[in-house]
Amino acid sequence: MELTNYLYLSVVLFALGATTVLLRRNTIVVFMGIELMLNATNLALVTFARMHGDVTGQVLAFFVMVVAAAEVVVGLAIIVTIFRARRSASVDDVNLLKS
Amino acid sequence: MTTQTLSLAPWLVATPLIGAALLLLIGRRGDRWGHWLGVLASTATFVIGLVILLDMLGVDAEQRVATSSVGTWIDAGPLTVDLGFQLDPLSMTFVMLVTFVGTLIHVYSVAYMSHDHDRRRFFAYLNLFVAAMLLLVLADNYLLLFVGWEGVGLASYLLIGFWDHHLPNAVAGKKAFLMNRVGDMGLIVAMMLMLATFGALDFGTVLGSADAADQGLNTAIGLMLLLAACGKSAQLPLQAWLGDAMAGPTPVSALIHAATMVTAGVYLLVRSGPLLEAAPDAQLVIAIVGALTLLFGAVVGCAKDDIKKALAASTMSQIGYMMLAAGLGPIGYAFAIFHLVTHGFFKAGLFLGAGSVMHGMDDDVDMRRFGGLWRLLPVTWITMGFGWLAILGVPPFSGFWSKDKIIEAAFVGEGWRPWVFGTVALVGAGITAYYMSRLFFMTFAGRRRWSADGADGTVERHPHESPLLMTVPMVVLALGSVGLGWVLAAGDGFVHWLEPVTGHAEHDEPVLAVPVIIGLTLTLVVVGAALAWVQYATRAVPTTAPPAPALVRAARVDLHQDDVNETLVMRPGQYLTRSMVFADRTAVDAGWLGLAGGVGRLGSWLRGWQSGYARQYAAITLGGLGVIVLVIWLVATTAG
Amino acid sequence: MTVSGGETVLFWVLAPLMVLAASGLLVVRRAVHAAVCVVFVMISLAVLYVAQEAPFLGVVQVVVYTGAVMMLFLFVLMLVGVDAADSLTETIRGQRWVGLLLGLGLASVLGGVIARSTFPPPRGLAETGGVTNPVALARVVMEHYVVAMEVVGILLVTAAVAGLVLTHRRRLGAKPTQRALAEAKIAALPTGRHLSPLPAPGVYAQNNAMDTPALDHTGRPLEHSVPRVLRIRGQQREAAELLTAEETLVHRELDVPDDPVPSVGPDSSEGETR
Repeated sequence: MELTNYLYLSVVLFALGATTVLLRRNTIVVFMGIELMLNATNLALVTFARMHGDVTGQVLAFFVMVVAAAEVVVGLAIIVTIFRARRSASVDDVNLLKS
Repeated sequence: MTTQTLSLAPWLVATPLIGAALLLLIGRRGDRWGHWLGVLASTATFVIGLVILLDMLGVDAEQRVATSSVGTWIDAGPLTVDLGFQLDPLSMTFVMLVTFVGTLIHVYSVAYMSHDHDRRRFFAYLNLFVAAMLLLVLADNYLLLFVGWEGVGLASYLLIGFWDHHLPNAVAGKKAFLMNRVGDMGLIVAMMLMLATFGALDFGTVLGSADAADQGLNTAIGLMLLLAACGKSAQLPLQAWLGDAMAGPTPVSALIHAATMVTAGVYLLVRSGPLLEAAPDAQLVIAIVGALTLLFGAVVGCAKDDIKKALAASTMSQIGYMMLAAGLGPIGYAFAIFHLVTHGFFKAGLFLGAGSVMHGMDDDVDMRRFGGLWRLLPVTWITMGFGWLAILGVPPFSGFWSKDKIIEAAFVGEGWRPWVFGTVALVGAGITAYYMSRLFFMTFAGRRRWSADGADGTVERHPHESPLLMTVPMVVLALGSVGLGWVLAAGDGFVHWLEPVTGHAEHDEPVLAVPVIIGLTLTLVVVGAALAWVQYATRAVPTTAPPAPALVRAARVDLHQDDVNETLVMRPGQYLTRSMVFADRTAVDAGWLGLAGGVGRLGSWLRGWQSGYARQYAAITLGGLGVIVLVIWLVATTAG
Repeated sequence: MTVSGGETVLFWVLAPLMVLAASGLLVVRRAVHAAVCVVFVMISLAVLYVAQEAPFLGVVQVVVYTGAVMMLFLFVLMLVGVDAADSLTETIRGQRWVGLLLGLGLASVLGGVIARSTFPPPRGLAETGGVTNPVALARVVMEHYVVAMEVVGILLVTAAVAGLVLTHRRRLGAKPTQRALAEAKIAALPTGRHLSPLPAPGVYAQNNAMDTPALDHTGRPLEHSVPRVLRIRGQQREAAELLTAEETLVHRELDVPDDPVPSVGPDSSEGETR
């Protein structure tokens, strides 16, 4: 089996995550889509590390995980705060940017 | 000249300027004593000028030219302009004329303007004028001269429109200002040409190297200077503003529009003498302009019933004499300035006399409603009489010594020129005699065309002699009209006095013998005066202007000068402006507005994309990302 | 380096399942189900990491993502409401088609890039100096990425503080005293408020779930003994059906006659309790 199969899997997962962000309205599900995209990237990084025989790719994936953890904390806190204020978890309800 | 006297030169300008600033800034608090402050500033300036003059008289002729620099004014690379003052016989002549006549008129105005609640402001403007005029004549370079030039223009504008609550006065001020701007453009262009040709603007460099420069350029500079002089001195074709300028208070007409400011053009040309001598064509044009204006003013003066406008036309005509003299070259410069000085005295005296008459006649200016005033206004009658004899050129009054010399000088030369210019000057003298006698007789002689009780359809007037503050300056000026010419002409003193500036002129014999010229002149003067006597002193003068031949009707409306200006300049200018505005609106504006509108519509359309839905934004972002990846990939594959 | 047969099998088993689970994110209505799908994808990823010679990352994946991140998601879901089912009808016109098109386009562009690229022959990580994967990772991090490591640490602390600050609620009024609470309770009596604590849910022989009401001394079920959330969701059970089941049980085992059995339920006679 070629290692590129992992890359294709990564691409498919990334595209699915992106589509989730575009199509779902529940903020939390949208957030899950973002996490899915990060994970897909990690898979690609790990595959590249193996392909080139260099663990730096894994180190990068590791950093991505840490940053993602921090991002989740802040993101979810924001979601909770918005939910408290508006009693809604729909991204479409948060449209104050328009007017 | 000592350095102490030289260091006084800036104070000649500063003293009246400080007076003007104080009077303007002090406000209503100074209303009660402000006019005396103005008189004091003017008198102090005169005293400073007198000290410098006495010092100058004490040294040899060669040492009388000196410059005193306060410091560098403009330092722009190759161009350096000093804040410098030139002290020489010419500028000192003007300083004495301006400060002496100016001080007399200040004193006169104290009484003349005593009922005006803005008298303090009036004196501030008068002081401002004195300062600007002195800066004009004392500057040692054209740029500083231009500052003074603009300053006197500003003072003239402010004073013509002094009673600006009356619309025609404000319009007259604006007219004078605008027409002066045309002349100013000439001076500016002349300065540009000088800068390009000589690389400097100070008199020393420009006039010193004029001989070596290209004659065509010299001619261009000379013609531009002439344009400037025409604007300031009301010469053809920029003469139209002077008559309207009479809307200002009479002391202003006497000081600015008769004795001093309007002669600034003559000063400019005489000052630029060496440059003009290197441009004979320009000199010829100057002489022609002078001759034409001389006749123009004289003809207009014959038909005017407004005493001040008749005097204004006379001023125009007399300055025409001076311009003619200035156009004749070194032979004429001294006489131009000589006539300028004597004219300053007798014309100021005539104007003050006219002011005195108006003072007694309830500010009426129509001579057809005067008549027989000699008994009621004796001092005015006698002082104006001396002025009248002076302007007629009757010996031994001062006009004779200066004007006759100009006529003689006009007859000097070769070819057609002496005959044409000489004849014009000669005829002008005759017409001058007629219209000045007309003015004098209509005012003082003949039957009274007014009455104390308003009977017989006449106007009701109560003429009275003016107060001492007005008559004393008139008497002093009358003394000048009588004796100044003889004093200055004694032993050609004035001509020699000016020689350090104008250069020594070889004495050439006129084409006609001098006694013949004098005889002809005097004959014409007597004929003109006699004609006026018969017409206006012995016969009854109608109180309204009677029907008259076409020339007289034209002269009554200033030979249609306003119509000419409006047809040739104003209307085409208006059409040009309108078409420019139209082009601007339809082409330029429409283009830019269309562009702006297009951008606006694009913005409105793009605003539709701002739905406020984060998911839609994400979709757009993702689309952009896809495009970027695609482009990078394509670039990478084609490059590889 | 060659890919072993076992890994190939593992990949082809896991990959379709992962894609399926990820697609679930698009179609399931409940957020909890979506979370479960994501958890599955993440665990599968951990397995693939281990298979790809990255055992350390595989473990971290399980600990950080499945253990921490996804649990955090579930907590928030509980705060926001587990039941919050999304309607899948699209409200923004064209968004569904645009989204699907963009997703497909992105996949095809990225896939095209991979397909058109030439990769070097895979080398594997076997020759990294004979140390274990965590050691090799640690060497790289501590040799080349020390500053990045520290920065990321600061980022984590900042994120923690940010989480605290963002979810902190400022008290608007004074803290209510016990006296005030008691007085409020007394004042609310006429509106049907209970002075005593709410009764516990029912306890039965076979069933002590939260969703069954307790019975009062008359045998009537106490509606408010069931937690409010369950009542609102309509997930409470009737006491009667439970009792019927219990009675049949009692009858079968003790074989007692029907008569002495008290009738229960809303229509039961008074005086008998259990």
